[in-house]
Amino acid sequence: MKYWRTVRTAFLLFGILLLISGLVYPLLLTGVAEMAFRHQAHGSLVRDEDGIVVGSELIGQNFTGPFYFEGRQSSTLGSPYNAVQSGGSNLGPSNPALLEEVNTTIRHLETLGMYGPWPSDLVTSSASGLDPHISLDAAFLQVPIIAKARGMDEEEVRTLVFEHGESDLFSLENAYVNVLSLNRALDEVDTP
Amino acid sequence: MPIANPPVDVVTIAVFLFLVTLASYFLGQYLAAVFSGKLHWNPMIRLEKALFYFIDTSTDHEDSWQGYARDLLIFNAIGFCILFLVLIIQGILPLNPQHVSGFPLSQALNIAVSFTTNTNWQVYSGETAASYLTQMIGFTVQNFLSAATGLCIAVAVMRGLTRKTTDRIGNFWVDMIRAVLYVLIPLAFIATIVLLSQGVIQNLDPSLTISGYGDAGPQTIAMGPVASQEAIKMLGTNGGGFFNANSAHPYENPTPFTNLFEIILILLIPASLPFMFGTLSGKRKQGFAIYIAMLVLFIAAVGMLYSAELSGNPALVSQGVPGVSMEGKEVRFGLAGSILFSASTTAAANGAVNTMHDSLAPLGGLVPLFLILVGEVVFGGIGSGFATMIAFVIVAVFIAGLMIGRTPEYLAKKIEIFEMKMALITILVPSILVLVFTGIALVVTDGLAGIFNPGPHGLSEVVYAFASMANNNGSAFAGLNAASPFYALTGALVMVVGRFMPAIAMLALAGSLAKKKTIPAGTGTLPTASPSFIIWLVAVILIIGALTFFPFFAMGPIAEHLSLLGGI
Repeated sequence: MKYWRTVRTAFLLFGILLLISGLVYPLLLTGVAEMAFRHQAHGSLVRDEDGIVVGSELIGQNFTGPFYFEGRQSSTLGSPYNAVQSGGSNLGPSNPALLEEVNTTIRHLETLGMYGPWPSDLVTSSASGLDPHISLDAAFLQVPIIAKARGMDEEEVRTLVFEHGESDLFSLENAYVNVLSLNRALDEVDTP
Repeated sequence: MPIANPPVDVVTIAVFLFLVTLASYFLGQYLAAVFSGKLHWNPMIRLEKALFYFIDTSTDHEDSWQGYARDLLIFNAIGFCILFLVLIIQGILPLNPQHVSGFPLSQALNIAVSFTTNTNWQVYSGETAASYLTQMIGFTVQNFLSAATGLCIAVAVMRGLTRKTTDRIGNFWVDMIRAVLYVLIPLAFIATIVLLSQGVIQNLDPSLTISGYGDAGPQTIAMGPVASQEAIKMLGTNGGGFFNANSAHPYENPTPFTNLFEIILILLIPASLPFMFGTLSGKRKQGFAIYIAMLVLFIAAVGMLYSAELSGNPALVSQGVPGVSMEGKEVRFGLAGSILFSASTTAAANGAVNTMHDSLAPLGGLVPLFLILVGEVVFGGIGSGFATMIAFVIVAVFIAGLMIGRTPEYLAKKIEIFEMKMALITILVPSILVLVFTGIALVVTDGLAGIFNPGPHGLSEVVYAFASMANNNGSAFAGLNAASPFYALTGALVMVVGRFMPAIAMLALAGSLAKKKTIPAGTGTLPTASPSFIIWLVAVILIIGALTFFPFFAMGPIAEHLSLLGGI
């Protein structure tokens, strides 16, 4: 008899806590998000002048040079920057496939006209496969190529990179840049 | 070099440790008040009383350790069954905008065990395989309840250590309700708001297809109620990501600030338990000593991981790619934000990742593996980490007692055969599981077939998998194909045994200690809050961890490190 009483208590408590933590808690917060943080809650989406969504501030896209800054390599399943299949390559440091991947990227960048030493972030895949940023080094490396392809002044492009730099929490210097913001700024200055 | 900036990184780590210590000290005081029933806020007390009445229990009724363990097991068994059911039938349930179907049975079993045991080992990819309802009433619920279960274990152990001549160690139902309502829900609520403001998403929209900008081409972006789950996933040392990329995904962890915030959430409750213990026992120094031992181990781990990653990958350097290898890392976190996360998630039994551990430098990957294998006592999983730490303290006291020829005592209680047996079960069961099942995986075809990376690294993948599951961590060298029936089924077994055998042993230990009389301290009593004892405790933890697993370390990460240096 005692066991049944215990099981009954367990079921009742589980039911209550399921309601509170599984429905009230997330749905209440969805409501709060809807009222107070609508933009963030729906993915920090970026729209063009016509109001059409062109991307998210937070999610990288698969840009290819030389007219746009390239982002990091992406190992998401199916296609690069597949935002319904996030994930990294999981290649170990001693895996020959890692070297091969890096060398393929290096050869691609070389055909665009760039040369080493290579910023590590530009030739490796990110953890999420959706990394929206590249380091400033990786951006500066691409500046001459982009300026040439677009017929722009190199200094002008470099200034854009500087202007869009972001910094770490406790650092006074900028360290990296959002590729989508940078590419949009590029198009604003130099309409394609 | 922008990715790693040692002076700034040292500042980041120092600020982080300061914030964790400060926040966990105050939370420790709060927890002590909550679980000794000293919190007086009328609306909550009325709610609590109504709940107790409804579920037919009361604060006056306390249980023996057997009763406490029985209630805990029944409650978790129900949680497991409901989650298993939800996973199988999610295809016909509402809130499923992507129309995902139910999980195959072997995977559903693994996942249900995984979330019930606070492991959150994931054999599936969140954005494609789980419906929003599953994420909410399946995963989020177990994130709360498995964390609360851990907290109950810790509270019961503390009662055992601080009470005398009674066989009662508390009422599981009361502790469970208080853990959820007073601790986890309020903290998770606040954390969610912070995350929301920074860009973590929270919606019930279906995936969004966009045309993309410039020449990037179209893109479909997964959506969902992420923030509310992210908060409790970090806070409850759960670690099961809403998305496959876990906390590396920009929608789970969008900025350097959210990154630091999430790492603090990982350690917050585990780090507050030593302080809570100090307050409850009335011997603050004892709690402080345990905290210092944890902190020492943590700082050593962070230092090792940082230096291993800083020196880069020789194979890449020779290709003209100098500096830190960014494979499997995110630019916005930098090196400090990446390794601090890796160390914290494995020190505590969290298992969320913002960096792919499979791609860490060999000696970098060794650090998370080591932190898991010593039983996650460096802060550790909610409750289970503290309980295992107490087991180590008891072993340390026992060995020291033998060396000075005195009956070992801890907190004025004699440590005898029964206590030693329970402490050793707690420490050795996960280790034995890792050794045995890694051995099996390495000789059967199904086990070998799951390995992704070649060479010594493949061994590390398998060791890491069973270490992670046996110690209820949940992070992975994720190249391993964990979804195959072999790993799904052996994994489920390892997770259950690795969670509940130590838990029951620690409750038994608590029950046994609660019965004992206290004996006055004499001249031969070993002081357990002195610096020398802290050093001794750290040494015992390191020696046991190293002795048990050194062959694996040598054949896996160390061999890989040497081969990379040699250019093989």
